[in-house]
Amino acid sequence: MTTTMTVTSGVRRARSAVGALPRSARAGAAILVVLAAVAVLAPLIAPHDPNAIDSARILAAPDLGHPFGSDALGRDVFSRTVFAFRTSLSIVFAAVAVASLVALPLGTLAGYFGGWVDQIISRPLDMLLVLPALLLAISLIAIVGPGSLVAALAIALIYLPILARVQRASALVVSQSGFVEGGRARGWSPLAVIRRHVVPNALGPLLVQAAILAGFAVQIEAALSFLGLGTQPPTPSLGLMLSDGRDVLTQAPWVEIFPGLAIAVVVLAFNLLGDGLRRHLDPQGVVS
Amino acid sequence: MSERAGRNGGGAVLELHDLSVRIPVSGGRWVEAVGGVTLTVGSAEIVGLVGESGCGKSTLGGAIMGLLPGGSRVAGEVLLRGQDLRGLAEEDYRRIRGDDIALVSQDPSASLDPTFPVGAQVAEAIRNHRDVSRRAARERAVELLRVVGIPDPGARYADPPHRFSGGMKQRVVIAAALANDPAVLIADEPTTALDVTIQAQILHLLRDLTVRSGTGVLLITHDLGVVAQVCDRVAVMYAGQVVEQGTVREVFAHPSHPYTRALLESQPAAHHRSGDLPVIPGRVPDLSEPPAGCRFAARCPRAHDRCAAPPPEIRTAGGGRVSCWLHHDTAREAR
Amino acid sequence: MNHRLRFVLRRLVLTIPVLLVMSVFIFLIIRLVPGDPVRTMLGFRATPAAVTQVRAQLHLDDPLWAQYRDWIAGVLHGDFGEDFVSKAPLGELLAQRIPVTLELTLLSMILAVVAGVPLGVRAAVGGRWARRLTEGFVVFGVSVPDFWLGIMLVLLFAGTLTWLPPSGYIPFTDDPAGNLQYILLPVLTLAAAETAYIIRTTRGSMLGVLGRPFIVYLRAKGTRERSIVYGHALRNAAAPIATVVGIQFGVLLGGAIVVETLFALPGVGRLIVTAINQRNYPVVQAGLFVVATLFIVVSLITDLVVGFIDPRVSDRGQS
Repeated sequence: MTTTMTVTSGVRRARSAVGALPRSARAGAAILVVLAAVAVLAPLIAPHDPNAIDSARILAAPDLGHPFGSDALGRDVFSRTVFAFRTSLSIVFAAVAVASLVALPLGTLAGYFGGWVDQIISRPLDMLLVLPALLLAISLIAIVGPGSLVAALAIALIYLPILARVQRASALVVSQSGFVEGGRARGWSPLAVIRRHVVPNALGPLLVQAAILAGFAVQIEAALSFLGLGTQPPTPSLGLMLSDGRDVLTQAPWVEIFPGLAIAVVVLAFNLLGDGLRRHLDPQGVVS
Repeated sequence: MSERAGRNGGGAVLELHDLSVRIPVSGGRWVEAVGGVTLTVGSAEIVGLVGESGCGKSTLGGAIMGLLPGGSRVAGEVLLRGQDLRGLAEEDYRRIRGDDIALVSQDPSASLDPTFPVGAQVAEAIRNHRDVSRRAARERAVELLRVVGIPDPGARYADPPHRFSGGMKQRVVIAAALANDPAVLIADEPTTALDVTIQAQILHLLRDLTVRSGTGVLLITHDLGVVAQVCDRVAVMYAGQVVEQGTVREVFAHPSHPYTRALLESQPAAHHRSGDLPVIPGRVPDLSEPPAGCRFAARCPRAHDRCAAPPPEIRTAGGGRVSCWLHHDTAREAR
Repeated sequence: MNHRLRFVLRRLVLTIPVLLVMSVFIFLIIRLVPGDPVRTMLGFRATPAAVTQVRAQLHLDDPLWAQYRDWIAGVLHGDFGEDFVSKAPLGELLAQRIPVTLELTLLSMILAVVAGVPLGVRAAVGGRWARRLTEGFVVFGVSVPDFWLGIMLVLLFAGTLTWLPPSGYIPFTDDPAGNLQYILLPVLTLAAAETAYIIRTTRGSMLGVLGRPFIVYLRAKGTRERSIVYGHALRNAAAPIATVVGIQFGVLLGGAIVVETLFALPGVGRLIVTAINQRNYPVVQAGLFVVATLFIVVSLITDLVVGFIDPRVSDRGQS
């Protein structure tokens, strides 16, 4: 009950901030809404079956029925891009959601209590930063083997220490503020203070960081798939499409250009939104 | 109180004539931070410019240095040895800054580049204006550090600022400021950020060095105790205007302007401890729309109907000047 | 000098636990594979005898700490074990691969710094157009995926213009000019996003420094504007820039894995990817260890550089 309250409170703050956002951030939000709709409604939007092979249309150039052209197997690149989008955004959403949901309690406890609680939580998380991000992801994939779910987990693992750090810093700032002292003075239990005051007020920076990281997650997911370590064929994926298109680059550049542009647009939209939110939800400059 | 009162060195090195500064603020409005100041500083003379914070004293310093915020407008004259500095090309102004006019500002920790050795920051002041070798500049800088009282200056030349105390840092700033024997030194609250025990040392160092080199000093401060310790003459500033000026002895013994009197009364003692602001009832007028008459009238215990018109500048019995209607009947007009 | 020597020693000592954690982490990877890693490597049809033999060969039946001790002792002597597929000694393989990855990443970082810092300074002190142009480039550089940019560069320079080879590698020692031709597109690919980050950091850092009071004081000394911007402000802004360069080098090493695969460069990154797909665990382990060590060494160097640029950093924690 209380958890839903705090979440809605965070959402309400985010929503009230949207009205005051700079134009660029609102543009980013609008692009993301459209892209999310494309991902959800992919079967309705895609004009063709993304996996339907058409020997008559091998490497056919874009036309009205196939706006992005066709690939080496005659599959419709537009339909494949739409479905790949769905795959990528699901993986990214799952990864960022998991990382945020784990980072939220860990960071809050570390920031609120400090001392040995902070040490026990923060030291192991810092160890994850010893490896460069992509290397950490690849290490996990080396252990478990490639796949969409593993890619999502790997991205979550990269983001967990970053998000936990942001939440820790944010909770630290909030827990030193007057109304939290007030809650303590009224004899509330630490958990009650955390639920009612710390979490709702410390949520802003986490949302901002999650929005910025979500954009780069699209890039990482595509990179992993491109290397053959993420989503496996025949599931359409932006990274796999780029990998396939490389072989037919000079004959049919459209196979390569459109999935790449799609990635750039998502990253750009998340960046615009994140930078705009930063000014409203992260006054202390906690987000890196 | 200073025993040097009345001693006036040879001729004016800095003259301000009817100097006004307007600074743009938000909403296309302007604030008249300095409104028609006329003031002279003689060679080897220390003139105190005293007033509450926000009265425009530091803006006045900035106007003399040519270092005001972008978009500011200056009217009137700033004469350095008779040469008007206003309208100088930026490069010409740069040649003058640090050579003929130097600045010592409030917080020595903020004045020095934290990543540069202190000695290099003194040598830089020399090489900005003199075509000398690095080695010669270094030797001169070490000598200057010795003169301002840095112990073992040769060894400490290469140390970064954070390894020095506040007082020592201010000595470094003074060494850099006086490196080229400037004609004028603007000292903007040079001791405010320092411990009380250090304040007097720094003030006496400033006085000794500038008298020796014949440098005229405009000492900007809110602290009448500082003025009493080292200044020859004093100008009292209120809301962007100089309301009274004269020798320190005269102004302190016989303050003519009600504001000067209030300022003196609000200082607990000449050797008071901290830099507490004087407490005078009422508020400083909004300088985006300054009152047409006397700017102090709203807070003045002796305000009168006449004060709605600009007050006349009147010569006092002791040879100073005061801008106040109170003395209109008892004295002749200054000009 | 004494301050600096102590700072260097302290920072060196602090690196030891980081290396320890990293090596344990990478050592454990092969041991964390679900089920029996040897079965995974050999496939389902392996005979029990073959499995036992390989387990013994990899010392997988020893206690964990003994395995780690033997492995790390070998690594310290340059003995990384042998390639599970080709049976070649890994030390020699890595000796061929490391220079390629180093050449790619270092050249990219140098290019990004040489281009990014001056552009960032211009963006901070320049007019409206300088600011807009650099902001546009930053948004572009950050948003575009590096491997896609690489493919587009190949399309342009190798496909349409045929100025440069699309992929492959010649060692610098064999043919310096040929080496540069092959490395140019990979370097441009990897450096683009890096340059954008460095511009952004430089601009932010410079704006922060130029707003500080000592800049006004430098003007009051009659210091030339050029010297204020490039001598003083940039030196003060350099510490945060160097810190970002160090952090970004990790990103660059990750990017190198992708770019080496894309351009068929025989570097450590491509080695790791191929080895993962072949379940060639000893190679994965050795490759990850090398890249992680590079990252830690570069972080150490960056910290030392920051300490030398900003004496406040190297004095911290000393009386």
